[in-house]
Amino acid sequence: MVDPRLSVIKKRLKDINNIIAVASGKGGVGKSMVSSLLALHLASQDKKVGLLDLDVYGPSTHIILGIPFQKFPEEDRGIIPPVFHGIKFMSIVFYSEDKPGAFRGIDVSNIIRELLAITQWGSLDYLIIDLPPGIGDETLDVINLIQPTEFLIVSTPSKVAMGAVEKLIDLLLELHLPIIGVVENMKIGDSNYVKQIVTSKDVRYLGSIQFVPALEEAIGDSSKLLKTPFIKDLERIIKKSL
Amino acid sequence: MHEWALAESIITTAVEVAEREKLKKIEEIDISLGELQQIEEDIFRFALDEILKSMNLRNIKIVIETENAVFECNKCKHTWNFEKDKLDEAEAEAIHFLPEMAFVHMRCPSCGSPDFTVIKGRGVSITSIKGEK
Ligand SMILES: Nc1ncnc2c1ncn2[C@@H]1O[C@H](COP(=O)(O)OP(=O)(O)OP(=O)(O)O)[C@@H](O)[C@H]1O
Ligand SMILES: [Mg+2]
Ligand SMILES: [Zn+2]
Repeated sequence: MVDPRLSVIKKRLKDINNIIAVASGKGGVGKSMVSSLLALHLASQDKKVGLLDLDVYGPSTHIILGIPFQKFPEEDRGIIPPVFHGIKFMSIVFYSEDKPGAFRGIDVSNIIRELLAITQWGSLDYLIIDLPPGIGDETLDVINLIQPTEFLIVSTPSKVAMGAVEKLIDLLLELHLPIIGVVENMKIGDSNYVKQIVTSKDVRYLGSIQFVPALEEAIGDSSKLLKTPFIKDLERIIKKSL
Repeated sequence: MHEWALAESIITTAVEVAEREKLKKIEEIDISLGELQQIEEDIFRFALDEILKSMNLRNIKIVIETENAVFECNKCKHTWNFEKDKLDEAEAEAIHFLPEMAFVHMRCPSCGSPDFTVIKGRGVSITSIKGEK
């Protein structure tokens, strides 16, 4: 038995200039916020951008960007990712009606392979991939199936978060995979802890994004999101790293 | 029709395998269609033919077999078959696009568990590629 999807995935991604996976060893650090606003910002700069939500248990980017999911995407020799706020968007949520699924590891892998095999991204400057936390099936499939992917790593100032983030960094370094750098999100206080650890590994520390108490009020509204201090900080990071 | 994307994956893989195995010519591709994915065989065959023509590949025999879907509950071990009429149209279509949506839209008919395994008949696979060495 041969899995035919694997050979066509390369073809589907061949006209994409940059593939960026937003990842972290730790959950809840702001990966989905960073991926969504990164996509939104790049689209607002007239870049051709795609956003792929690979968090199959808790897809979030459609909530952050206020994307309706009630309609199946169009079909034309595959699936055409619908465009919202200038972003070509693909997520399991179009098919799950935002209901839960009891997926085992093999099922997660199957979902990712299927989505990658049937989605027709066309030509893009950037494809942003929102990953769930950790080094599970989603991260491993991205590593194995999508080459070359560059990793944008998100942490918070917490030592607890960094404990898990360091493991992801170490694994990526061991595999010689490209790391764009580490973003320190929800920065409060002025500790140098994250910067120190990251630079000691010869990985770029890209800067911090402040904790924005009013961020919640902008969720679901792309024009409000583009006006938050979050995006200002993110822009600074993008300027020096992308 | 997203069948086209899957058909393309079959032909791309067959060509790759033929190169790897140093086949001079592909003579036959055997394909298994898992029932869960509800592929329209006519559309699928048409797509395969079109893609083969566009790649200038001729005289390849395509053998398609359907495999019934079988599920097993991870909680009570009950096994059952795919019953499409128990799903509404949108649910069946979601499973057609992404067979794992079975875990969203189906439950074990015996104990109601959402935790089950697709033992057989998930989707499209290649069972054999025959050719001239
Ligand atoms: N800089 C920030 N200031 C304030 N709130 C933030 C900031 N960044 C993220 N948040 C909030 O923190 C929560 C977690 O963010 P998000 O969902 O992006 O994290 P995640 O890393 O994607 O989580 P998961 O691991 O579950 O995928 C959200 O409610 C988000 O709005
Ligand atoms: Mg997330
Ligand atoms: Zn059961």
